[in-house]
Amino acid sequence: MTAAVTTDSANVRRPLGGRLRISTAWFGAAPFLVYTAAFLFLPTVLVAVGAFSGPSGPTFANLAQLTQPYIVSAFEASLVLSAVSSAIGAVVGAVLAYAVASGPPDGVMRRIVTALCGVLSQFGGVTLAFAFIATIGTEGFIVVWLQQHGIDFYPKGVWLYSLTGLTLIYVYFQIPLMVVVFMPALDGIRPQWREATETLGGSTWSYWRHVAGPLLLPGFLGCWLLLFANAFSAYATAAALLDIGGVIVPLQISRALSSEVGLNQANLAAALALGMIAVVAVITVLYSRLQRRTARWLP
Amino acid sequence: MNRSVSRGSRLGLAALVLVAASACGTSTASSSSSSSSSSVDAATATSAAAFGGMSGLVAAAKKEGQLNVIALPLNWANYGSIISDFEAKYGITVNQANPQGSSQDEVNAVTSQAGTSSCPDVLDIGMAVAWANTKLFAPYEVSEWSDIPAGQKDATGLWYQDYGGYMSIGYDSSKYTVTSVSDLLSSSFKSAVALDGDPTEANAALNGVMMASLAEGGSLSNIGPGVSFFKQLNSDGNFVPVTATAATIDNGTTPVVFDWDYLNSASVVNLPSWKVFVPSSAVLGGYYAQAITKCSPHPAAARLWEEYLYSTTGQNLWLQGGARPVEMSAMQANGTINQTYAAALPAVSGTPVTLDQSEASSAASYLASNWSAAVGS
Repeated sequence: MTAAVTTDSANVRRPLGGRLRISTAWFGAAPFLVYTAAFLFLPTVLVAVGAFSGPSGPTFANLAQLTQPYIVSAFEASLVLSAVSSAIGAVVGAVLAYAVASGPPDGVMRRIVTALCGVLSQFGGVTLAFAFIATIGTEGFIVVWLQQHGIDFYPKGVWLYSLTGLTLIYVYFQIPLMVVVFMPALDGIRPQWREATETLGGSTWSYWRHVAGPLLLPGFLGCWLLLFANAFSAYATAAALLDIGGVIVPLQISRALSSEVGLNQANLAAALALGMIAVVAVITVLYSRLQRRTARWLP
Repeated sequence: MNRSVSRGSRLGLAALVLVAASACGTSTASSSSSSSSSSVDAATATSAAAFGGMSGLVAAAKKEGQLNVIALPLNWANYGSIISDFEAKYGITVNQANPQGSSQDEVNAVTSQAGTSSCPDVLDIGMAVAWANTKLFAPYEVSEWSDIPAGQKDATGLWYQDYGGYMSIGYDSSKYTVTSVSDLLSSSFKSAVALDGDPTEANAALNGVMMASLAEGGSLSNIGPGVSFFKQLNSDGNFVPVTATAATIDNGTTPVVFDWDYLNSASVVNLPSWKVFVPSSAVLGGYYAQAITKCSPHPAAARLWEEYLYSTTGQNLWLQGGARPVEMSAMQANGTINQTYAAALPAVSGTPVTLDQSEASSAASYLASNWSAAVGS
């Protein structure tokens, strides 16, 4: 998001010379800037302040708590969940997007896939968790139907209500999201470039190795990072599926905020949130760098 | 475009959580600025006598016309009937906020909404939260104050226990038989056993783990065996890490549930084969408490609500919901208890015990460092 602000204002400023023009440009951007200030920068500052506050003034105690084994393992689980679900989503989504993009631009297939992906990439939270519970939960209709035919869907125990199940569910919205965000990059690849490669005697391999691959890689990695952040910050799906055990960081934050057994530590929640912000900040920086590389080549 | 929308919405959610976090971290309790428009200052009234008796209190409350309650699920201890009966009786609108919230969410709402018209008037909270937040409460003594046993109320009227029950195991008897806690370790309970929340977060779940501990050789000051029990359940694949609700019981996701007996009983409505079992080796009781908030925007209605809850009507409505009202023994003595409802309570044999403040807090801190590791996947 930070990157979005800087690139946006840079784009706005560059083509405009005179003072009057700059002020109208700022006027146009004002709603966006006010919005991000109120709902991004202010909360970030409040979280940072909260993370370093204690009952008796400023302290590092909250951050020190982040080294507790159960919090470390929650961060590990969050990172693994995000990495695996985004990797699967990025690869499968990119292949699907390529299959669709290489078809006719106005084809029925393309229209169906993009429309579906647009919807499914936003399908998350409690409804998605419930959809999986109803399908492959312990009493899900597929599980029950297989049982009636003598097949045990979960021979090694139910894994739906675990990190494995959560990964599967995240993949469900990661793949369509990848299709949606990666399609423009694929559309930027001109058929003429392939023809040019072939005219110059290049094989399919050398086209991918020297032309399409290098062009698409930054975009691909950028989309992957986006998927990673998308999974990293998701809360509602996990809360609806397995809210016991505080498996991932957002669930630990929820616990630190609403524990009614005397374990509520709002400042620890802020410290956990600060840890998440740090991870997302790294991703945002990487993303904006890749974005700049991509922008050099693709419209 | 789509990309930024998607990212925005998810990060936006995170940002909201963060705002909530920081709001809780930095805000402080402020005392009430509102008061009744009548000559009586309802916000400081500590009994109905301050209003010149019940009729004065009723008149002042009706004038306010509203009551803010929070975190009262309608199928929890019969609150659905209680709220509608109160509304019908006094013509006061009951505004219900966050029905699935925890006791801590209630207190968070009091601190973050202090001074606004949406601040909760009355709270129904677990004891750990009640003990920790007395500075937010306004003292009040209901007319039946003497019927509440001395150990179950704050001497100055800041909080007063309202209803309670025993930790129990609810189960679908068409699929399982439960006669002891250790039965649940058998392989026939694969993916079956659930808690009502995370024990580091929810009071009922903490007591569920404590009950397992008592049954497995632990004590009120040692919840360790309970955590080991759930660790074993989890590694055997018997534990379902899903918060049990009437819905999950209904759809079969959580066919065996540790919960208060009155909450487990409330599930019977949808599942005739549902049974509630209180193990005699681990009869663990627990009460919730009422409190009126200092920030109360409807101080007279808040006080009338308490009078209503502690009247024979209110107490019997809780009893109808399977909860044991705090005035139960006094009502049994004077014959005002509803015999039908009392007879419907699950059978309990054995000596009941309850967690005190230090036992509850030591159990919680043990869970904080050991629970996630025990059941984390």
